[in-house]
Amino acid sequence: MASASSPATSAAGTVDETRSAGRSHWAIGFARLRRNTGAVAGACVVLCFVLASALAPWITDDDPVQVQFEQRFAAPSWRHPLGTDSFGRDLLSRVLYGGGLSLSVGLIAIAISDVIGIPLGLVSGYRGGRFDNVVMRIVDLWLAFPGLLLAIAIVAILGPGLQNVMIAIGIGGVPGLVRLVRGQVLSVRALEFVDAARVTGGGDAHIIRTHVFPNVLAPIVVLTTLRLAGAILSGVGLSFLGLGAQPPAPEWGAIVAEGRSYLREAWWVSTLPGVAIFLTVMGFNLLGDGLRDAFDPRLR
Amino acid sequence: MVYVARRLLHLVPVLLGISFLVFLLVHLVPGDPVRIMLQDVGSPEQVARVREQLGLDRPIYVQYVTFVVRAAQGDFGRSIHTRRPVAQEIRYRMPFTIRMAVAATLVAVALGIVLGAIAAMHHQSALDYGTMVIALAGVSLPSFWFGLVLILIFSLHLRWLPPTGADSALHLILPAITLGSGAAAIIARLTRSSMLEVLRQDYVRTARAKGVPERRMVYRHALKNAMIPVISIVGLQFASLLGGAVIVETVFGWPGIGRLAVDAIFNRDIPVIQAVVLVAAIIFVLVNLLVDLLYGWLDPRIRYT
Repeated sequence: MASASSPATSAAGTVDETRSAGRSHWAIGFARLRRNTGAVAGACVVLCFVLASALAPWITDDDPVQVQFEQRFAAPSWRHPLGTDSFGRDLLSRVLYGGGLSLSVGLIAIAISDVIGIPLGLVSGYRGGRFDNVVMRIVDLWLAFPGLLLAIAIVAILGPGLQNVMIAIGIGGVPGLVRLVRGQVLSVRALEFVDAARVTGGGDAHIIRTHVFPNVLAPIVVLTTLRLAGAILSGVGLSFLGLGAQPPAPEWGAIVAEGRSYLREAWWVSTLPGVAIFLTVMGFNLLGDGLRDAFDPRLR
Repeated sequence: MVYVARRLLHLVPVLLGISFLVFLLVHLVPGDPVRIMLQDVGSPEQVARVREQLGLDRPIYVQYVTFVVRAAQGDFGRSIHTRRPVAQEIRYRMPFTIRMAVAATLVAVALGIVLGAIAAMHHQSALDYGTMVIALAGVSLPSFWFGLVLILIFSLHLRWLPPTGADSALHLILPAITLGSGAAAIIARLTRSSMLEVLRQDYVRTARAKGVPERRMVYRHALKNAMIPVISIVGLQFASLLGGAVIVETVFGWPGIGRLAVDAIFNRDIPVIQAVVLVAAIIFVLVNLLVDLLYGWLDPRIRYT
């Protein structure tokens, strides 16, 4: 993700250290986060979309997939705030239900890369030596494929479909994560408390679990939020290409793609649902930037 | 020279690794790759012919060596779908993608550096905050949606620019803006932080104390030195634009290799996908190497670390 600091977060470092004495790293971080207007705005936007998607059946009575030709291409109105598409389906209902799909693609993809990448990065950084060498060479090779193209190649192997898109984006995110976690572990491994744990007879698995992992958690959380934004964008992008959600599933990228052919007659079909994608991704980016400034300014 | 030679030598295992992964693509397909490529409609004779054509009936190490030797000669086999040589298709399509990626990089660099410099010069002002919000919006834009919005406004409504096609320079404007906007945002953020860093340096303070006008100092001293880290990100962005081009080419009906890859996926045309991924990865690696070398030339400290 972006590597510079956000100006909206300039107050991040001003928490009075004497006042915060005795508080945990997490408590100080959350205090900083609350003072960051951009991050709070981002969190609110994300929360709104998550709630709206979860409560879709209670917010709208319209079926997101039911074809109703008599109300085809209805312009935005009180009855249909975002209008209807070429099949007469209410777009607000499709966007609300689609949010669940698009957000879960991002979440599951990130979960897949976390499950593979975090343990690999932890062990690789902690053990070092030949294992680390082999893992890092594979990671370097993996990173030689430009982001989205790797996901496309994986979808090409597995075939189009939402589940395969999640796997493709998840696997595509592994090398970057391994590199980050490993780097963090290398700096923690050299600290005295890890030595102390080793001297007192702690096994490798125990030390990684109780001493190393908690100390590299903050940068992982920060990066996960920023990666979520990227994963959602990749997911909707692949669905837009027709490689992800298949009709009539109300996925955000697929909705925008469906409206493409009718841009002249019904501009709202593609453009208004796209705003939902943009706002959600912007929300995650604002929140991620805020988390980074609050918890790990070194990542800037 | 030694540095350049060492870097070039490092390239060999990377290229071999890339070629191996791309080669594996066909073997990672769950089930029989030939049946999947023929979408389960081929007769046994057809299946056997395609298997032989792809060399899948030979031992795997023979297949890999043949693949590498042929690829090194620019031979990627024939498309399962069109039966035409894949290399011919790539040679025709590649210049379109390169043209779009170069134009997008120009847009990204011009926009990114100007926005980043403005933000740094007006640090912690409304202008700084506004510029950085625009930059954040830039990285949050889904390119396919942004492209459609641009088509709606500039092609369908104002009728200033053509919506699709690749016949003239005018056709390049909207795709370049669409593809370049995300990279512009990243470059703007890096330019800003890099310039803020440089503006805090002693020599800038000295220049300021000597009475060098602010504007001249920014352009003559700060911007020049702040550009060093920016160059590395420009190279990376150019390379990753090749991946992003897949979506933008689809939106604007641009006949590049991205569009070729997407069509190949629907046709399960594995040789075409292999060739596109291989060529894109090699370009990606070469551009990164070029950037590293340029970086070492601009900042000699890097060569010795």
